[in-house]
Amino acid sequence: MIERLKQPRAIVTALLLVLLAVLPLLTQAFDQRYLLSVGTRIVIWSIAAVSLNMILGYGGLVSFGHAAFFGIGGYAVGILSAEGIQSGWIQWPVALAVSIAWATLVGALSLRTRGVYFIMITLAFAQLVYYLASGLEGYGGDDGLNISRSRFGIIDLRDKAQFYWLCFALLCGTLWFCGRLAHSRFGYVLRGAKSNELRMTALGFPVFQVRLVACIIAGAFGGLAGILLANEGAYVSPAMMSWVKSGDLIVIVVLGGIGVRFGPLYGAVVFFALEELLKPFLDLLHKGWGEYWQLAFGPLLVIVALYARGGMASLLRARE
Amino acid sequence: MTALLTADRLVKRFGGLIATDNVSIDVADGEIHALIGPNGAGKTTLVGQLTGNLAPDSGTIRFAGRDVTHLPTHARVRLGLGRSFQITSVLREFSALDNVALALQAHDGHSFRFLADVRRDRARRAKAQAGLDAVGLGARATTPAAALSHGEQRQLEIAMAMAGEPKLLLLDEPMAGMGAEESQRMVETLRGLKSRCGMLLIEHDMDAVFALADRITVLVYGRALFCGTPDEIRRHPEVRQAYLGEDGA
Repeated sequence: MIERLKQPRAIVTALLLVLLAVLPLLTQAFDQRYLLSVGTRIVIWSIAAVSLNMILGYGGLVSFGHAAFFGIGGYAVGILSAEGIQSGWIQWPVALAVSIAWATLVGALSLRTRGVYFIMITLAFAQLVYYLASGLEGYGGDDGLNISRSRFGIIDLRDKAQFYWLCFALLCGTLWFCGRLAHSRFGYVLRGAKSNELRMTALGFPVFQVRLVACIIAGAFGGLAGILLANEGAYVSPAMMSWVKSGDLIVIVVLGGIGVRFGPLYGAVVFFALEELLKPFLDLLHKGWGEYWQLAFGPLLVIVALYARGGMASLLRARE
Repeated sequence: MTALLTADRLVKRFGGLIATDNVSIDVADGEIHALIGPNGAGKTTLVGQLTGNLAPDSGTIRFAGRDVTHLPTHARVRLGLGRSFQITSVLREFSALDNVALALQAHDGHSFRFLADVRRDRARRAKAQAGLDAVGLGARATTPAAALSHGEQRQLEIAMAMAGEPKLLLLDEPMAGMGAEESQRMVETLRGLKSRCGMLLIEHDMDAVFALADRITVLVYGRALFCGTPDEIRRHPEVRQAYLGEDGA
């Protein structure tokens, strides 16, 4: 344990977690409310990215439709809210159940394909949900839907700090679970199938079932992130599950370090920090340039892809 | 010695070609039976029928007292028919120990456990370590499989095949692509494992075959030309001509 704490990656991770844990206190002390909302989004996106990392990083399954779970979790909450069911005790389990059902369906069908076909079929399924939501005229269609936040009784999600801490606690739970899973019997089979699928099948492992269960677990956590995202803005819209968001999730996972436990967390922090910093910086250079922050972000990604193969995690590894 | 595996008058045709022509072969418990023959003699086709990848057109295969002629591969594996592959196929990103541990896990089932950390599973580690020790890879436990030499990867293959505690091991050219020194180590390894299971050895390396085999069957043009001890094979004129060549053995 002491040895592990000497590694730069462990130090950075510990500092990051402490910083995130006390973020509401800091933003209150310095009167930076906006930063808390950025922090909340980082935490929620991290949950989704951690779950994507489980199938993409450990399983080698590049899902290009993970943002669909933002939408499914979010719309389940939104639609129930619009129908007058405000209790989180009902909304959240229903949203998770729908996410799990969707993950089972998509997984069972797309896991029959490999490589590029898997990417395309997961994208196609996500687009299906996207257009379905756009077509829900009764629930706002393209414009989306304003909702009231889930009611729990014990905590008030309208309180920014309380909501943030709930999200943070759920992120910690997600990180814990996915970290344990990576080194469980299940995790070894999942990673083994990424390494050499034929050999794992020849050894007699039920590779398809293991991957399907991984997709379902990832879908459940993705749905959870969707539930939180809907409550964060008190708003759901098809935009939250556009293919661009699925791409962003992949970028976060790759940026942080594929198959690294805390990689998605590094990735989400860097991704949102760059978004928040590049905009004002470019605006400072020339008014109006901030809108095109992605023009600067793109080349940065190219540099990471070329020179930091393991993402942020590899930069933080102890030099030997 | 009782026969563990008995193939009786197997025939396999591919169109007009008879790849396996009335071949009978048996392997006894604790015996190493080598199968030799020139390229195209039908060794792979015969092995395919024994493992269950190919169905014979006629003939029967009995294994461990059961007729397995029509059983699929995985059912035969469950009965104790293990095999190593002609092409090295290990999990390159995993340590040698984890490769064996996974093979053990495949054997005992229980893959849907999500939280218990396998690195803290002492019994699992000890068993995997014992498997590595048995093939002489004990000191390489933490090395990633990708960093092992070709010969060591083949040894690892054997350790993985042994994890299933097979009654019979089908070894498909275990010495393929090995140097003399590596071959010698593999010979030692296989000799050490002999007490634990019977083996059917398909191999081109004649030194290894003569060093290991209790009996040798010579396959030529799909037919079992001769079956006997290494000494009998050496003396057999027809075998020398057909397979070993003028300056053979």
